[in-house]
Amino acid sequence: MNPFAAIGRAVLAMLAEVGRFSAFTGRAAATCFSPPVFVGQFARQCAQIGYFSLPVVGVTAVFIGAALALNIYVGGARFNAEQFVPNIVVLGITRELGPVLAGLMLAGRVSAGIAAEIGTMRVTEQIDAMTTLSTDPFRFLIAPRVLAATLTLPILVLVADIIGVMGGYLVAVNSLDFNGATYLRNTFEFMEPQDVILGLVKAAVFGFIIASVGSYQGYHSNGGALGVGRAAPGAVGGAIGLILAVNYLITAFFVE
Amino acid sequence: MTAKLQLVGIRKKLRGRQVLDGVDIDVAARRSLVIIGGSGVGKSVTLKCALGLMKPDSGKVLVDGADVTKMPPEVRQRVMRKFGMLFQGGALFDSLTVWENIAFRLIYADGVSRAEARERAVETMRKVRLAPEFADVRPIELSGGMQKRAGLARAIISKPDVLCVDEPTTGLDPITADAINDLIVEMVKELGCAAVSITHDMASARKIADEIAMLYAGKIVWRGPAAAIDNSGNAMVDQFVAGRAEGPIQAVV
Ligand SMILES: Nc1ncnc2c1ncn2[C@@H]1O[C@H](COP(=O)(O)OP(=O)(O)OP(=O)(O)O)[C@@H](O)[C@H]1O
Ligand SMILES: [Mg+2]
Repeated sequence: MNPFAAIGRAVLAMLAEVGRFSAFTGRAAATCFSPPVFVGQFARQCAQIGYFSLPVVGVTAVFIGAALALNIYVGGARFNAEQFVPNIVVLGITRELGPVLAGLMLAGRVSAGIAAEIGTMRVTEQIDAMTTLSTDPFRFLIAPRVLAATLTLPILVLVADIIGVMGGYLVAVNSLDFNGATYLRNTFEFMEPQDVILGLVKAAVFGFIIASVGSYQGYHSNGGALGVGRAAPGAVGGAIGLILAVNYLITAFFVE
Repeated sequence: MTAKLQLVGIRKKLRGRQVLDGVDIDVAARRSLVIIGGSGVGKSVTLKCALGLMKPDSGKVLVDGADVTKMPPEVRQRVMRKFGMLFQGGALFDSLTVWENIAFRLIYADGVSRAEARERAVETMRKVRLAPEFADVRPIELSGGMQKRAGLARAIISKPDVLCVDEPTTGLDPITADAINDLIVEMVKELGCAAVSITHDMASARKIADEIAMLYAGKIVWRGPAAAIDNSGNAMVDQFVAGRAEGPIQAVV
């Protein structure tokens, strides 16, 4: 066994996978922006991906906002900077924690769901059947999901931003003796539009990643229930990895 | 008469096994071809190659004399609009109701209004002997045989030029099976479809077929008019028709 050959094969396989995924997302994106658009499917996916994710995103945001406020208070106290709690909470939530946590939550919930649903359709030949019915599965199945996730994730993140700041506010006012009005005034005076915009840009990109990785894994699954069982965790892992990497890239790009 | 659908020298390797090793079949309009052969010889794979759901390693798929494997995807898609397919496993969309399944192509590809599509779906359900009261249930609530019939209804609703059916009567009682046979014959004789059917059921094959072709070891080993099936002069066909375990074809143990 030649170790170099083994490594070479692994690298080639990985590059081939990256190539296939890029081609897949390219085709998905192209079908999103050309007619016909299946509006009913799109609306259903907006509900499925966006609306039904509100509870998990809201719960995550409120607790993270609260914990963040406590931590900043403790840390700030070390150099008499406790009053900066509202500023750092809003910065942390809007620029980083809101989009990343919402993205990670949806990577679990939505990517796995899409991979399982499309994967089941693949292994039961429903995707083949759709092709024989003169309907492009990319258009009918994948484009609505990708479009819905890309458009609804920013809305979810906006909600997460508000709830996250609320979480920090509640802790600060109730257990850290902050004055409510001052806290809110500091929050809004400090916050800049580009903080929120950065978060929303991230959210849209994460939404695209979540839906396209889930669709890709499902679309290429094979081997019955076992194959679908592999597609779902594969989608979650892939989406999380990509989200974290892309998050860094976008952040670095905006800081420059 | 040129063939409506013709496969020439189709070869396909799957998981290292040469499943199809040069399959040639053809069927003209108003004609019905039945493919018989043992389980796992590649009958379903043959249909999938014909429909472009699997890409053959080599060989030609001619529709009205034009090779669809060489066409750009959009053109091929347009040609494939003339096809209707019943899948062996039904392949119904489980997120849609039965009537939406049957009318799928009308609603999503042909832009027919939902009201009209529903009407035509219910009418087609009658043809395949599915009671209209099942129109609004999900496919998962149907029995296996009913799913088969819903799949057939979906394949025939827009009156295809080429009808491909994979085991249309498997899992049906003899009376319903016969009604389905009649329906396929009607599609061919009255609507002028070219039909390619796969079946294990010799009674069904005799009724549906103008011609019968037997697939074995990746090739068509015998082909002839349906009436000649009992004196084919081919030991493999005789064995298959008689359903004997002994003979040139060895049952896999
Ligand atoms: N998607 C696939 N991937 C890999 N191998 C496949 C695939 N589909 C079919 N095969 C293999 O091809 C061979 C032929 O399968 P096919 O489904 O065409 O058989 P069949 O003649 O339709 O049998 P049956 O009468 O039982 O339906 C089998 O050995 C099967 O293992
Ligand atoms: Mg089969």
